[in-house]
Amino acid sequence: MASSLTASLNPASSPDMAKRAELSAIDASTRAPALYFLGSSVLWLLVGTLFALIASYKLHTPEFLGDVEWLTFGRARTLHLNAVIYGWASNAAFAVALWLMARLARAELRHVGLLFIAAAFWNLGVTVGMVGIAIGDSTSIEWLEFPTYATPILFVAYALVGAWAMITFRFGRAKHIYVSQWYLLAALFWFPWLYSVAQIMLLFEPTRGTVQGLVNWWFAHNVLGLWFTPIGLAAIYYFLPKVLGKPVHSYYLSVLGFWSLAIFYNWAGVHHLIGGPVPVWVQTAGIAASFMMVVPVIVTGLNQHLTLVGAAAALKYSPTLRFIVFGGVNYTLTSIAGSLMAMRSWAEITHFTHYTVAHAHHGMYAFFTMVMFGSVYYILPRILLKEWPSAKLISLHFWATAGGITLYVIAMSVAGIAQGLAMNTLPAGADGQPGSPVAFMVIVADMIKYLEIRTIAGVIISIGHIAFAVNFTWMLVQPRKAGATEPTLFRNAPDLEAAR
Amino acid sequence: MNRAPLIFLGIFFALAFSWTGIILTNHLSYAKLQPVFDETEGKAFPQKLPGNAERGKEVYRDLGCVYCHTQQVRQPGYGTDIERGWGERGSVARDYIHEKRVYLGTMRTGPDLRNVGARFVGDAGRDWHIQHFYDPQITSKGSVMPPFRFLFETRAVIGEPSPRAVQAKLPPQYQPPAGHEIVLTQRGEDLISYLLALKDPALYPEEAARLYVPKAEPAKAPDQSAQPEAAP
Repeated sequence: MASSLTASLNPASSPDMAKRAELSAIDASTRAPALYFLGSSVLWLLVGTLFALIASYKLHTPEFLGDVEWLTFGRARTLHLNAVIYGWASNAAFAVALWLMARLARAELRHVGLLFIAAAFWNLGVTVGMVGIAIGDSTSIEWLEFPTYATPILFVAYALVGAWAMITFRFGRAKHIYVSQWYLLAALFWFPWLYSVAQIMLLFEPTRGTVQGLVNWWFAHNVLGLWFTPIGLAAIYYFLPKVLGKPVHSYYLSVLGFWSLAIFYNWAGVHHLIGGPVPVWVQTAGIAASFMMVVPVIVTGLNQHLTLVGAAAALKYSPTLRFIVFGGVNYTLTSIAGSLMAMRSWAEITHFTHYTVAHAHHGMYAFFTMVMFGSVYYILPRILLKEWPSAKLISLHFWATAGGITLYVIAMSVAGIAQGLAMNTLPAGADGQPGSPVAFMVIVADMIKYLEIRTIAGVIISIGHIAFAVNFTWMLVQPRKAGATEPTLFRNAPDLEAAR
Repeated sequence: MNRAPLIFLGIFFALAFSWTGIILTNHLSYAKLQPVFDETEGKAFPQKLPGNAERGKEVYRDLGCVYCHTQQVRQPGYGTDIERGWGERGSVARDYIHEKRVYLGTMRTGPDLRNVGARFVGDAGRDWHIQHFYDPQITSKGSVMPPFRFLFETRAVIGEPSPRAVQAKLPPQYQPPAGHEIVLTQRGEDLISYLLALKDPALYPEEAARLYVPKAEPAKAPDQSAQPEAAP
């Protein structure tokens, strides 16, 4: 165990030199496109964070930048969402996916030019879309705000990545299809389907009335469930055993987790319309599917937990592991919370409130984004053949983001419950009959303190992002040191010290 | 799981299943939702928005109003929408059939707007919206809605004052400098037209027969229930 831990933490100490050389050649072949995607993702992360802070501040101090039309709340919030979803998260997902695909197929990257064009198109599309939102061309359809002149550009980029992934998979040398590859293939196939159907049925040839709501949430929930979640789980399934130097606990649990996710997640999106003007049977189907999501979540969580058991001490040393495990634990938590939110009685309270906002950030940030951070900490040294310049900055990054998002999710969940109870239940009246509802302005005033806590949490998270960006840039520009092959860990593992 | 074609088929059918179930079936079944002709009024409901209101809906879109305001009233007994006066009945699918884009919304930082046109009516309603857009604090102290002063223009009076000047409707501290006037831009006019037009009609007979209504309350819109149902 000790030697394998050392081996996995430090790529230079692997005994199997031939295998290492092969991996190293594969890693090197991914360098240019992976760096393009990762560099863009970090830039978009900073842009998205800035808009997040502006939007958050405006929601408790509405006069702030009140006369700047392109930064009015409805646009600043939208710019935040699209910058982090399509700019940060998707770029990071592409980088992690292509790196994992190449490694798992044991194939050096072919057609790097294709990926380069894809990355250029993707970022062009995101830029055009962001400008479109700022000048008032947003579609105001949640998660699909980019105007119609931006989305075809994104689609071209995605088609190129998808085609590339198929080629890599087809020409891979690996005999076995690893669990991460199932998720990656599924994600790369599902997203363009979702995206094109949503575009056509909502923007180019709008479907009738509230079917639009169904299409909207079929898409938006599945972006999380069938694009980001599979990429995040693929990364966990790869890095967790890799860093720990032991196999995934159970192959059969992996299979069960994958197929139950594929079948149930699909239908869950309708829970965003519970109590709304859409057929009740679809709502009921959505609720059932949401509840069935407990199966893949528990199975996957259990599988990962049992993989970690007995090796948890490595959390003290490995930045990758710490981010990934934080993300994995929050995947379980947010998914369970999500299943409960689909219950009609709980949705009556939490729907239309900050509780949903907390839940969205719990999934998209505490799970997915943290897993992406962990992946970047593993991938970048291997494609650049340099180590992270500062362990202190990694530590700051971890504690600021983990602490900040925890504060965020708790504060907004509490806010949402308070808001939902006041908004949707009648207080007892004088004569034992239900009284009149709490005045809306009273609820608004009651929310201010939570919204201020959210801004504080946002500032803390931003500090983490700045630490990450500084470390990332520093790593890019620092010269490669000859012979320096020690990994940057939070502290040196005992067996590493012994080896010295 | 080493057979790539099988994995791919599974992946394909998983999404095809939900697309068929959630979207295609409803896309097809919604075709039977048609406007209902009301003989006493001689009109078919729901009605289409007038042109200036449709333009106002574009302003509603570009400013992102949907992120804080829903446009769906929950059914009686689920939440307190009816008690809050957000509508006389819950919203039904038929209400939205003319809409090129539906803004159901998912967040209620502000109140539901599905029937805001029933709460703020006529010239008084227009004046309220003017004050509220210029600075929400005028009408709703403590609101977290941002001001929308960019829907107004403060300009020097050249010759005759504009008939569209609105400063007379604003409190003293908002008055422009001498020789200036505040006018509502065309976008502001359109947006207010949209909000004044935004309301749903009384419940259609078919939905009235089907929707659950708590027993304690008298049936909503009794005058409608007696009418013959329009042929779809």
